[in-house]
Amino acid sequence: MAHDAGTGIPELTAGDEVRRRDFINIAAVGAASVGGLAVLIPLISQMSPSADVLAESSTEIDISQIKPGQAIKGVFRKQPVFLRNLTPKEIAEANAVSVASLRDPQTLAERTKPGKENWLITMGVCTHLGCVPLGAGEGEVKGEFGGYFCPCHGSSYDTAARIRKGPAPKNLEVPEYTFTSDTVVKIG
Amino acid sequence: MSFPWANHYNPQHPFMKWMDEKLPVPRLVYNAVGSGYPVPRNLNYWWNFGFMALACLGIQIVTGVILAMHYAANGLVAFDSVEHIMRDVNWGWMLRYAHANGASAFFVVIYIHIFRGFFFGSYKAPREMVWLLGVVIFLLMMATAFMGYVLPWGQMSFWGAKVITGLFSAIPLVGEPLQQWLLGGFAPDNAALNRFFSLHYLLPFVIVGVVVLHIWALHIPGSSNPTGVEVKSESDTVPFYPYFIAKDGWTLGAFLFIYCAVLFFAPNMLGHPDNYIPANPMSTPAHIVPEWYFWPFYAILRAFTADFFFIPAKLMGVLAMFSAILVWFFLPWLDRSPVRSGWYRPMFKWFFAVLCIDVLVLGYCGGSPAAEPFVMISQIASVYYFMHFLIILPIISSIEQPLPLPFSITEAVLGKDETAASGAVAA
Repeated sequence: MAHDAGTGIPELTAGDEVRRRDFINIAAVGAASVGGLAVLIPLISQMSPSADVLAESSTEIDISQIKPGQAIKGVFRKQPVFLRNLTPKEIAEANAVSVASLRDPQTLAERTKPGKENWLITMGVCTHLGCVPLGAGEGEVKGEFGGYFCPCHGSSYDTAARIRKGPAPKNLEVPEYTFTSDTVVKIG
Repeated sequence: MSFPWANHYNPQHPFMKWMDEKLPVPRLVYNAVGSGYPVPRNLNYWWNFGFMALACLGIQIVTGVILAMHYAANGLVAFDSVEHIMRDVNWGWMLRYAHANGASAFFVVIYIHIFRGFFFGSYKAPREMVWLLGVVIFLLMMATAFMGYVLPWGQMSFWGAKVITGLFSAIPLVGEPLQQWLLGGFAPDNAALNRFFSLHYLLPFVIVGVVVLHIWALHIPGSSNPTGVEVKSESDTVPFYPYFIAKDGWTLGAFLFIYCAVLFFAPNMLGHPDNYIPANPMSTPAHIVPEWYFWPFYAILRAFTADFFFIPAKLMGVLAMFSAILVWFFLPWLDRSPVRSGWYRPMFKWFFAVLCIDVLVLGYCGGSPAAEPFVMISQIASVYYFMHFLIILPIISSIEQPLPLPFSITEAVLGKDETAASGAVAA
């Protein structure tokens, strides 16, 4: 090379030509940046749910003892899940509502399995801020729409567990589930 | 440091001279909180709360480090380990009550400190950075207090964690993955408890760091004072030590008297009985409320019950709650009045009084059940809260006719008595 690397004497580097030192600078800083950013991946990812938490992602629940009009609370991913055997009257009430008038428009049929419309299976987690609504336990208030009522901030759900009143933005979430037999439901 | 007439550090003892050459920490202390820091002579008792806040931070760190020696951050035993502290550890009950009530005391002091700033215009130039750093400290305090409240793993701990992390799920698109990332699961559990403990131990030391910056930024222009008139000459100031150290010491004693009265005679006055029930993910307590110091912001969160401009009610509530504090960051530029002190602002002082009442009303509503009439009252009070900062302050700062300011701090203290104020002849 014609000039002494490292001193960068201006008169030797006139014009726009890329000097060797510029290249080394950019390459070094670039490599260090990529390395630094790569280190962030494990630092951030360690916060996400770990393998054992994710492994609890399915649960089987026996529903043979639930009579029409009754409900039980199960546990799915360490959160409550409501399994409710709707009465014909409750089904009729849910179907009588104009879907277009709902905040989160869904029919009861969309929230249940074909041929099993009486089985309303939802998470027991209010879509507002995550409290457990009342209405699945014996003697609990069901709110003015006969479904569930969240005592934290007053959200009321109807007999299809759809949000009808209060601050919650969505219907109670329907988890993925299958009937493994007539009496057992596998959630997740 | 800040004024040319400040006393100069001049060590006499040979060891102190040697130390001053090698590591001048005594010089730093002398200039920061000793005789080398001149302070306006007219500071009133509202100026004592910064020192008290520092004392509270000290109490919290000392008691907190000790509690961490006996506490176990594991969902299976966390609740029991707190009961172990209460029943078995020597003096454990006192240390835990000191820490729990210390948090409340810290917030009492810090709210007075903040409202002192509101009234006397402490946020105005040249002290904007002092104010901004103070808001950062307040945000860090809120995060620390929230995570600390989760650690006993009682019902209020668990459901508080669930509701507050649930706020993040309101954010569109990334909300739910973000909440799961924060919790390390689908609901608060061991992963969340552990990381909250880790951060609860870390953040107080971050607060210490920001407090150092807060005081550093304060000492560049020097302390403000109740007249809002800047220091003009040596007669306007006295050295921080001994004058204000002595005064701060007296109010610290008064503070400790009240603090100990609560600690020893009503330690559960500000707590919730529900938090003596172990965390149960299957059952929500009938009436979830945060600790009292979050009530005004909780009321704003709950004030949004209907969708608003296509923004869902839930997201709107969360945005409003965070904005209620973030608006403080803009305060130095929203209040354009050149007069700092509320004493000389005939319109401002009434609106300040209304703001104080408004925040107390919000606090009362935030601690009450989410039912009428509290929802409607919190809606009105929330609207007023934002109106105060975004509309009322900018308007009154342009139409208000301030009262005449004193020529100097000395004149404000001593009147125009030339003999008494003879020290006012500046060099």
